Amino acid sequence: MSTLTTQDTFTPILESAPSNFLEQRLQGKDQYLTQGLPALKAEEYKFTLIRKKIEQTISDIRNAHVFDLDRDQVNQSIFPGFDGSVLVFTNGRLNLELSNYDENLSISKISDQQDLPLGSIAKAEKDPFVGLNQAGFPDGVFISVAKKVKIEKPVLLLSFNKSNEGQVIQPRVWIEAGDFAEASFIDHSVSMDDSPYFINKVVEIKGGVNSQLGYYRIQNEGAHAIEVSTLETDIREHSRFTSVNVSLSGDMVRNNLNLNLIGSNSEGNMYGLYLLNGKTHVDNHTNVDHTIPHAESNELYKGILADQSRGVFNGKIFVRQDAQKTNAFQQNNNILLSEDAVVNTKPQLEIWADDVKCSHGCTTGQLDEEALFYLRARGIDKTQAKGLLLYAFAGEVLEHIEEESFRDYCISLVSDRLGSKF
Amino acid sequence: MLSIKNLHASIEGTPILRGINLEIKAGEVHAIMGPNGSGKSTLASVLAGREEYEVTEGAVLFQGKDLLEMAPEERAREGVFLAFQYPVEIPGVSSTNFLRTAVNQVREHRGLEALDAVKFLSLMKEKMKLVEIDQKLLSRALNEGFSGGEKKRNEIFQMAMLEPKLSILDETDSGLDIDALKVVSNGVNQLKSAENATIVVTHYQRLLDYIVPDYVHVLYKGQIVKSGTKDLALELEEKGYDWIKEEVESKAIV
Repeated sequence: MSTLTTQDTFTPILESAPSNFLEQRLQGKDQYLTQGLPALKAEEYKFTLIRKKIEQTISDIRNAHVFDLDRDQVNQSIFPGFDGSVLVFTNGRLNLELSNYDENLSISKISDQQDLPLGSIAKAEKDPFVGLNQAGFPDGVFISVAKKVKIEKPVLLLSFNKSNEGQVIQPRVWIEAGDFAEASFIDHSVSMDDSPYFINKVVEIKGGVNSQLGYYRIQNEGAHAIEVSTLETDIREHSRFTSVNVSLSGDMVRNNLNLNLIGSNSEGNMYGLYLLNGKTHVDNHTNVDHTIPHAESNELYKGILADQSRGVFNGKIFVRQDAQKTNAFQQNNNILLSEDAVVNTKPQLEIWADDVKCSHGCTTGQLDEEALFYLRARGIDKTQAKGLLLYAFAGEVLEHIEEESFRDYCISLVSDRLGSKF
Repeated sequence: MLSIKNLHASIEGTPILRGINLEIKAGEVHAIMGPNGSGKSTLASVLAGREEYEVTEGAVLFQGKDLLEMAPEERAREGVFLAFQYPVEIPGVSSTNFLRTAVNQVREHRGLEALDAVKFLSLMKEKMKLVEIDQKLLSRALNEGFSGGEKKRNEIFQMAMLEPKLSILDETDSGLDIDALKVVSNGVNQLKSAENATIVVTHYQRLLDYIVPDYVHVLYKGQIVKSGTKDLALELEEKGYDWIKEEVESKAIV
């Protein structure tokens, strides 16, 4: 157990940070130190005792360093059928030699950029982990899709993580898409070892007018991984942004997803599936902010929890006074497969406009026994019948992945899990 | 084929079946009738293996094997089919995939090779005609948004696909209009053979005009209190169940 106090837990990282983006780093440091790691009763982290987990698990409070990787390791980690750009990262740093990508993409290390407004979308004052990342990230990636460019094939952000005995991995991603640009991104991490590590990731996406962007992620971290990740995007006029997040493993995972609908006739979609067993704890906090009229948000998160796993869903929808004619829909459904599995779900709607359509609903229950009996009464064995029902439940989320090879990959992982483990 | 001896079953400690005795041979159709709450559906459920019911006494042999020892899926594979009173809607599970999984698991159990997609489809087409079910229905999720009549047709369609030895129709007539009743009965009659048997559980005699039983049994308070031929059903239709109740009660006093 660490005896470090909240304030100086990550001091070594703050002190050893690179010297570029100095102003932002100082601001991040300031915000991190002001807020500190979330206290035990902190409302936003009430069900996810991340501070305790970090203090218990992380022994070496330094940024994990870059390591060598060969092309074979990269190729082996790309899922079957994938065809598109590949950006390779080791402990958050872009490896350009092992990456290859569509020539219409503009890619660089963040350290090679001069005036990037890091922290202007995901703001450090809102969350200490964003502050920590902004203060201490070693490097990251800058991705730009120019105006009117459509990147036909998906862009895979393939991260290799190696703990070096409990160090900290802080990836930083900046994506900007010009007006009328289209692209989709797949975020996939590979654990190189099974020892404890802490990932603190920040992704900022700046979408242009009339842009179409997708961000799909699968989280199948090692059993001892602690991960906090923040994805925030501004969605402008006539644009569409879709996030699909599939969480399968890890020790404690916290995802903050923030969509800011700042242009009319825009659409933000948030879909998530958490399929948990063992003692895995996954917390999805989503926040959609309707600031302008005539925008739409859709949200569907589903959880299947076995063993002693724990899920948290917190869905905030803000509809500001000017945001008339908003359509906002939210749904969270959970199936608990064991007596010891727990879900805490909390929809949170704040509606200040009076001419809107908003709905929300959440359910937590067991597998439908009557449906299970029906399938068994037709000769289907119990395990397979359960698998069929659970897969049908999960499929409603996976069908929103618009990249076929990635969708197939997720489907195969999910159906493997449902067939064997549950 | 089916031999039920002194079957007692209860749910959450409340006894429902209190000593059922029944012998069914291949080729026979038996109707189980009785007032509401007499235990008709419980009997159907216990035979199909619904786990909420606890068998407290008695034995059931199906083709010489202990039926009560088997899991629901084993019973289905051995050839027991329950047409549900309330077929379950299962969103997200396609009717076709479900049925193909079921048919192939049953076939595997019977030592037959699995049907490939083409053979399965042609079998489906053939059986669909029996109950005049629309292919569009089968491209949807299982029973999802089906009307009452469509669900019942789908039950008989599944029965046709699975080719059971013993079919138990649990209140298959409930919620059917007369045209649908004819279609469903017609399907059942076409599936009848010298090798299989049918139990028709019903409250009303109406269904028995179309599916003609060899034997009619009246269930009351968890026991078969009267057995007869199809004429018994007509008598019940005419006089209701009260005279049976009175007959039973008076015997009890004696």
